[in-house]
Amino acid sequence: MDFWDYVSSRREQLLNDTYQHASAVFQCMVVAALLGVGIGALTYRSDRAGRAATLVTGTILTIPSYALLGLLIPVVGLGVPPTVTALVLYALLPIVRNSLVGLRGVDPALVDAARGIGMTGTARLLRVELPIAWPAILAGIRVSTQMSMGILAIAAYASGPGLGNEIFSGIAGLGSANALNEVLAGTLGIVVLALLFDAALVLLGRVTVSRGIRG
Amino acid sequence: MAETTAVTATTGVTGATIELEGLSKRYPGSPQPAVDSVSMEIGAGETVILVGPSGCGKSTTLRMINRLIEPTSGRIRINGEDVTDIDPVKLRRRIGYAIQSSGLFPHLTVAQNIAQVPKMIGWGKQRIKDRVEEMLDLVGLDPREFHDRYPRRLSGGQQQRVGVARALAADPPVLLMDEPFGAVDPITRDHLQDELIRLQHELHKTIVFVTHDFDEAIKLGDRIAVLREQSHIAQFDTPEAILTNPADDFVSGFVGAGAALKRLNLTRVRDVGIADFPSATVDEPLQAILAGLRHGGVNELLLLDRRGRPYKWLRRGDLMRARGTLARAGTLVTHTVSRDATLRDALEAVLTDSGGRAAVTGRRGEYVGVVDMETLMDSVHQMLEADRLTALEHQEELLEHERATRPRDGEPQ
Repeated sequence: MDFWDYVSSRREQLLNDTYQHASAVFQCMVVAALLGVGIGALTYRSDRAGRAATLVTGTILTIPSYALLGLLIPVVGLGVPPTVTALVLYALLPIVRNSLVGLRGVDPALVDAARGIGMTGTARLLRVELPIAWPAILAGIRVSTQMSMGILAIAAYASGPGLGNEIFSGIAGLGSANALNEVLAGTLGIVVLALLFDAALVLLGRVTVSRGIRG
Repeated sequence: MAETTAVTATTGVTGATIELEGLSKRYPGSPQPAVDSVSMEIGAGETVILVGPSGCGKSTTLRMINRLIEPTSGRIRINGEDVTDIDPVKLRRRIGYAIQSSGLFPHLTVAQNIAQVPKMIGWGKQRIKDRVEEMLDLVGLDPREFHDRYPRRLSGGQQQRVGVARALAADPPVLLMDEPFGAVDPITRDHLQDELIRLQHELHKTIVFVTHDFDEAIKLGDRIAVLREQSHIAQFDTPEAILTNPADDFVSGFVGAGAALKRLNLTRVRDVGIADFPSATVDEPLQAILAGLRHGGVNELLLLDRRGRPYKWLRRGDLMRARGTLARAGTLVTHTVSRDATLRDALEAVLTDSGGRAAVTGRRGEYVGVVDMETLMDSVHQMLEADRLTALEHQEELLEHERATRPRDGEPQ
């Protein structure tokens, strides 16, 4: 059976996995973005807190994904919980780091002006600093999204959702008729999804980044 | 004090008084305070310039007024109200703030930038919209053209204007300006200074303005505080008084060379005696003009064109040679000065004129009189003398004031 025959015969299953994959990445990214920007916003005004945030998220990223999933299974069980936890944790570093860099990179004169005209700390963050840091934050979210696409594939090891299941069953059945097709279908699906997500994020940037600071 | 209130009542001052009392800033870990006990009273509607070398604490002093820097000790009173301990955010919304780099938010349009403070203090949409248009008009930017522009598409001068518009949007009685024109080219700076003078003429805000440029201080200030290190006030007086009678070597060093020349910039032609000069219009018959020259006991007269504007200087000899036609006689008037011109401009005109005088013109260019070297010298001498006297008086007062307050200040040590 050649690859296209395989894809059409298993269409239902593949579409379902693709949808699961996309949905998992999307949801995890929303959580990671909120969490990451939140951590950035809480720590950017203090040198020490900012360093701690980068250090912790950076350390998480060095744990091999396979190992992290293995460690999470005894704690949160199999399936969706370890997958989501791992993805969010991995996605944090680029977002936290870019938030910090973006928020700290705001011209001090603007911060001074914002304070000088009577903005509260929160208003300054929401109306001046976050909008100006947004392109940098968005770049972090893009990196995280690409990473998550690949890492989610490994989550099939913990019975997670998504296209990783194709790849895993292919690897497990190596030598059988459809093994290569399975691996190929899973991989290609992930690549296509990653490109689509990236395009969507570029589009989001177009819509949400102020024309006054667009490069 | 009685004087200030009288002024307030007659000119519709919208500004507020500012009193700084023993204001100090001490940073932890530094042996010397950055600002050491500044006391200053600023009248409503007055423009006061803080000027001094870099690092003298002038900016710190300014930023303590809206408490961007919290004073270590001392009091700040605005319109008599002690604001040293009130919520700084509320305080700042009542004080306009303009800075060197304009500080415009790059992601917001010009209109959104200007609307920031009115929005924060809860004005309605329509009121904000009207106010933004009004402010753009006020600073000389066409609302239709600039309303929706982003700051990066403005020139440096335009950015500063918007910065001032934003500072004034909520109609604060006090405006603090921290070297606002420091980063623009000299021509634009000159323009912006003129604009600020015009604005202040309309608005009568209380302005505290920081600069290191003494010429800027002279041009803009009602009074100038020359500061030395730690914001110690070396002299606090009118530009005239500081120019003619600097309190000490530090001040005169700061005033720089050519104080008398700088003084000329502070007086307008209208303030000095404009002399009459025999004149005639081109429509008058030649005979009458000749008769005038002969019997007036003068050698020269000024010929005016049909609209009464200076046209030619006519000497007696010129007329003889011209033989009956005015067209070829005399020398054309090349330099005139308006009554609003500074004495410096007048001097320039007098010096370049071959006869050592310059025709003065009114609003529509019509002839009103003549200034010559002698008039200029006399009035400058009188001016300098008068300045010197007032400066002496002020210094006397300052000394007395210090003598009166020192024992009280000395006690805690």
